[in-house]
Amino acid sequence: MIKTIKHVEIQVNDEGYLTDFSQWNKEIGEELAKEHDIEMTDKHWEVISWIQAQVAANEPLSIRGIKKSGVIDIKQFYDLFPGGPLKVSTKIAGVPKPKSCI
Amino acid sequence: MKNLVILGAGTSGTMMANHLVSKLPKKEWNIHIVDQYKTHYYQPGFLFLPFDIYTENQVKKVGEKFIPKGVNYIQQKIEKIDAENNLVELENGTITYDLLIIATGSKIAPQEIEGMLSEEWRKSVFDFYTYEGALALRDKLRDFKKGKLVVHITEMPIKCPVAPLEFAFLADAYFQKKGVRDQVDITYVTPLSGAFTKEFTSKTLKYLLEDKNIKLVTDFAIERVDIENNKIIDYADTEVDYDLLVTVPTNMGDEVMERSGLGDDLNFVPTHPKTLQSLAHENIFVIGDATNVPASKAGSVAHFQAETLTDNILLYINNKPLKEEFDGHANCFIETGKNKALLIDFNYEQEPVTGTFPFAGIGPLKLLKESVFNHWGKLAFRWIYWNVLLKGIPIPFVLRNMSTTGKNINN
Ligand SMILES: Cc1cc2nc3c(=O)[nH]c(=O)nc-3n(C[C@H](O)[C@H](O)[C@H](O)COP(=O)(O)OP(=O)(O)OC[C@H]3O[C@@H](n4cnc5c(N)ncnc54)[C@H](O)[C@@H]3O)c2cc1C
Repeated sequence: MIKTIKHVEIQVNDEGYLTDFSQWNKEIGEELAKEHDIEMTDKHWEVISWIQAQVAANEPLSIRGIKKSGVIDIKQFYDLFPGGPLKVSTKIAGVPKPKSCI
Repeated sequence: MKNLVILGAGTSGTMMANHLVSKLPKKEWNIHIVDQYKTHYYQPGFLFLPFDIYTENQVKKVGEKFIPKGVNYIQQKIEKIDAENNLVELENGTITYDLLIIATGSKIAPQEIEGMLSEEWRKSVFDFYTYEGALALRDKLRDFKKGKLVVHITEMPIKCPVAPLEFAFLADAYFQKKGVRDQVDITYVTPLSGAFTKEFTSKTLKYLLEDKNIKLVTDFAIERVDIENNKIIDYADTEVDYDLLVTVPTNMGDEVMERSGLGDDLNFVPTHPKTLQSLAHENIFVIGDATNVPASKAGSVAHFQAETLTDNILLYINNKPLKEEFDGHANCFIETGKNKALLIDFNYEQEPVTGTFPFAGIGPLKLLKESVFNHWGKLAFRWIYWNVLLKGIPIPFVLRNMSTTGKNINN
């Protein structure tokens, strides 16, 4: 599926997750966040970078992993990305939806 | 002489002992198997114990009975694996190995969640993933006639991911039979976005919960159990009240992995998903619930893995390349209550679909549809487990790799 964000076309799957990370940039992340009524702050970006680094290193993402990330605790994670924080944050980060969410 | 050591004499370890005893050259190899307990439990039976469908004696036997002659059975606790020096420290003494198979399974870790392991444990907060838990819950259910029953999964992965759902279905039937179903409120609480682990199945089977009037709470990531107020609370501050909480706590590999530096966050051993060789050491192989491979943790999966692993062990000792064969094949019956069950058959890539099994059009088992025949299949599994599966005998017509025969793939 093709989706247009600020005149840029991106490739997404039927749940709205980017299928090609090379198409991701901060602006796109920001727009995807808005769809979830999230206004991105520095703390949000810190989490997004951590998630992208995990995915790049082939490390599985889980709520338990967040606890050990050193970036954020689970409570804050829920506050920053309400309504299923792993699902929402990975979408904004332009990475696949983690298996543990399925 | 060389030593092949199997750690754990549960489903997987016992199967491997039976496979390998006839295949490894006796003049070159000694086979040892280590387990801490005398008793081998039929864990799928723990689902039926709480409802007085099975008795204690139907789910346990002396483990050594299933270890073949020619295999050295060591009943001791494993303390540590020293992979650099190819040895295993036991409670009393050490054993060296040339080849190691880790089959130590997974177990519940209620201590991972605040408030779960408290003075209310096995009073109002129960598990049924252990023999003791299932028995305590049976006694509780015999007297439970009214109130809120919450069936809950703490976090994934868990072994037999469908067992909690089956528990909810059987509870519905159990309370109906007792004539108190209208007094008992049943809620199913899961960290997943649907009742099943696989999305398609989740959509197809949603009707089951609705028909049985079981409430569903999804995306629930538990933070703590509030035993004072009888609530479970999640990180998003959602609360679910209970009178009786039946939870599946976090599942973890044995602490041996942590002590030995061989496990991940959950003490599961990083394992190649297709060859079952450990990623860290080439003379260590891993099978069953102890691996971190993204397959279901189930006895049927271990059974299929055992066939691939046996071949790979033989290839390995003959210095040949391993087969990348295991495909995540799982085959699980799902009890839906009132003498009916569903069957699902899937692998790493293929989600469960409708169809017939194992023969196209004929079945006799139906995939993803309730039937009485499937229920007989589930009950027959106990006999098959003790008499066929543990002995490493292939199940007729069911191949190690998933077959697409009879499956309606494009739905
Ligand atoms: C309630 C329930 C229902 C289930 N239903 C089904 C079903 O319907 N179908 C299905 O296919 N599967 C089902 N399963 C799953 C199935 O029982 C497991 O997947 C299977 O037993 C895994 O086998 P394993 O050998 O990997 O682990 P296990 O059988 O658990 O064996 C591990 C062994 O290692 C030993 N061990 C571990 N650590 C140590 C140590 N430090 N020292 C010494 N010994 C040690 C243990 O004592 C144990 O005997 C169910 C499980 C449960 C709990």
